[in-house]
Amino acid sequence: MDYSTSSHQVVESNDSAMPVKTIQARHLLSINDLSVDEIMLILETAEAMKEIGSRAIKKVPTLRGKTIVNLFFESSTRTRTSFEIAEKRLSADTLNISTVGSSVTKGETLIDTARNLEAMAPDMIVLRHPSSGACHQLARVCRARIVNAGDGMHEHPTQALLDAFTILAHHGCIKGLKVAIIGDLLHSRVARSNLLLLKLLGAEVCLCGPPTLIPPSVSDFGVRSTTSIEDAVTDADVIMMLRIQKERMRGHFVSSLREYFNVFGLTSARVERAKSNVIIMHPGPINRGVEIASEVADGTRSVMLEQVSNGVAVRMAVLYLLAGSGETI
Amino acid sequence: MKTLLRCSRMVDPGRGIDGACDLLIDNGVFVQVGGDFDASGAKIVDVPPDWVVCPGFIDMHVHLREPGQEHKETIQTGTASAVAGGFTAIACMPNTDPVNDNAGVTEFILAKATQANKARVYPIGAVSRGSLGKQLSDIAELRKAGCVAISDDGYPVADALLMRRALEYADMFQMPVIDHCEDLSLKGDGVAHEGFHASALGLRGLPAVAEELMVERDITLAGLTGGAVHIAHLSARGSLRAVKSGKERKIRVTCEVAPHHFTLTHEALAGYDTNFKMSPPLRETADCDAILEGLADGSVDAIATDHAPHHYDEKALEFDLAPFGIIGLESAVSISLDRLVHSGILSLSRLVELLSTNPARILGVEGGTVVEGAPADLTLISLDATTTFKAADVCSKARNTPFDGWELHGAVAATVVGGRTVFVNPGLDGATGFSIG
Repeated sequence: MDYSTSSHQVVESNDSAMPVKTIQARHLLSINDLSVDEIMLILETAEAMKEIGSRAIKKVPTLRGKTIVNLFFESSTRTRTSFEIAEKRLSADTLNISTVGSSVTKGETLIDTARNLEAMAPDMIVLRHPSSGACHQLARVCRARIVNAGDGMHEHPTQALLDAFTILAHHGCIKGLKVAIIGDLLHSRVARSNLLLLKLLGAEVCLCGPPTLIPPSVSDFGVRSTTSIEDAVTDADVIMMLRIQKERMRGHFVSSLREYFNVFGLTSARVERAKSNVIIMHPGPINRGVEIASEVADGTRSVMLEQVSNGVAVRMAVLYLLAGSGETI
Repeated sequence: MKTLLRCSRMVDPGRGIDGACDLLIDNGVFVQVGGDFDASGAKIVDVPPDWVVCPGFIDMHVHLREPGQEHKETIQTGTASAVAGGFTAIACMPNTDPVNDNAGVTEFILAKATQANKARVYPIGAVSRGSLGKQLSDIAELRKAGCVAISDDGYPVADALLMRRALEYADMFQMPVIDHCEDLSLKGDGVAHEGFHASALGLRGLPAVAEELMVERDITLAGLTGGAVHIAHLSARGSLRAVKSGKERKIRVTCEVAPHHFTLTHEALAGYDTNFKMSPPLRETADCDAILEGLADGSVDAIATDHAPHHYDEKALEFDLAPFGIIGLESAVSISLDRLVHSGILSLSRLVELLSTNPARILGVEGGTVVEGAPADLTLISLDATTTFKAADVCSKARNTPFDGWELHGAVAATVVGGRTVFVNPGLDGATGFSIG
């Protein structure tokens, strides 16, 4: 694919005879905004974007002249830098706004912050916010396209996409794979996006955690759940670990981090029960000795650092496809 | 001036009337109901034949926000909203600023209501000082000043001993204790009904048992003390089950439900519109169905809106941060006529019990039925009118409603308080020009 030209095709229908070339949705707020074909398009595009990252000059002019604002109301090293690098590689003009040092600290509402930004006509806003649904509210108010970089406990769609990309790179397919997602599922936006995406692509998902941290009505999501990590990891192709935060002891979700590790920690012994080519994933940052043993995090089956580098390529694909949908660039 | 009101249909379950009935009204009271009239010197007013005349509706759960939160609503706008919604009287909750835990605030509210001269206002006094749940208010003083019940609404009476004492003490004045039943420890940081939709949307859950547990507690305490407890805004089927059981055991428990709890469920949360955020929250279809059954079979005693106006800016915040509550005064009657009567779930007579007869009885106030010598409060409705409820057109200061744009079958035609026509529906044929007194 040649990204140095500025032409772009717009395709209307989504039937199997004609391949999908763009994303229909205006925003990426949730995995539910994407069809299976659109997800595959993002992952294929990411493959090409990955190649750009291996060049001497890691830049293409595709989004030149576009203004993208990274509006982060929660601190984040990984995700924000990932989006920033992605935007810069596509030649977009990027702006980083975080809660520290902006008018937000003076008590400005989300809507007012958004309206003020809108007045400067950004093309896209990448939003991370501690409240579920913040992106939906922004989307009602802004003309810019919104990319959800994590809203409260709700979703983190680009994380799920880069996770799927990573799984494909190792296993070649997602359909039929046994994927265990383990940890604080209740509070995890990564878990929600992943479970939607993996189910959509035909994986066999198993959720695992203490009963206090399994989302209510989980069976209505159409996935298996268990409180036994041994059960969850047996014959797994993919093990996805989630962070467990110390503050979960408030609200009596866990008794102590020590006990949590004993019952739910991913140790080498537990990894033995999975398939021999299992990959171990984690959205980061990891808590060594809490949800995952150090030797497992640093071991040969761990693909965490690949996830990070894949994140840039996947986000480049998302921004490129979203910015281009319905418009010529 | 004497007025002879000729009604081709009056529905008053308290008197067992559903049919043609004439009323003689003078000096703001009913002089005679039915029978032969000496109508000399009376102005004769014919109620349009497709209207139905009912004893004035009473909304026993309204937040008027004054004193202290006038940006949301005032007694002036709230009582105007009430009569526009067909309510001749409302009972207002004490969670104002300052809280209505003393005669001073009660008298202020009553004075403002008199000045507004729209719906009657029955203040509900606080159970505890500042509604902090620590020490009883001076309930005798509140009673003397004009309060009809006590409640710490907004908050539960969390301490069981305090609830016990409140039930015992208030009964001395024949006042019910109205409880907002919610176990605060189970509530936590919840913002939406704990269930599939909260899980999918990443919203912290409010489990139904938080309400049920306290309902059970309050009913048991009412049984122990012999006092009267009224369960505010009941939302969960488990709570209703407890109420039914309590009534079977002859415990003095009554309950109310709000229209949003018999028309909406937690499915409405997708999209994170804060006009669907209230406490107690929208729950499951099974809860909604149980409430509809309870409305029909008598286990639910009253429909009360829990009219909770909030300023637009407050509801424009993130779902987690926006305050709980929606307005309800001006949509309740149309919704009830459409979803309960026209749908065949209950008769108009039963609806009048829920909106008038029972609230009057629970609060121990006049009204609820047409009685010689009582103030001439009437709600006139049109069963056949179709109406589109529009948030932009309400008399309330606030616009926080989930019902904007709903097309409803049935509407308020006119509202009469003390023999005076305080509201006529401008959108209804034959309404403009209708006047009594």
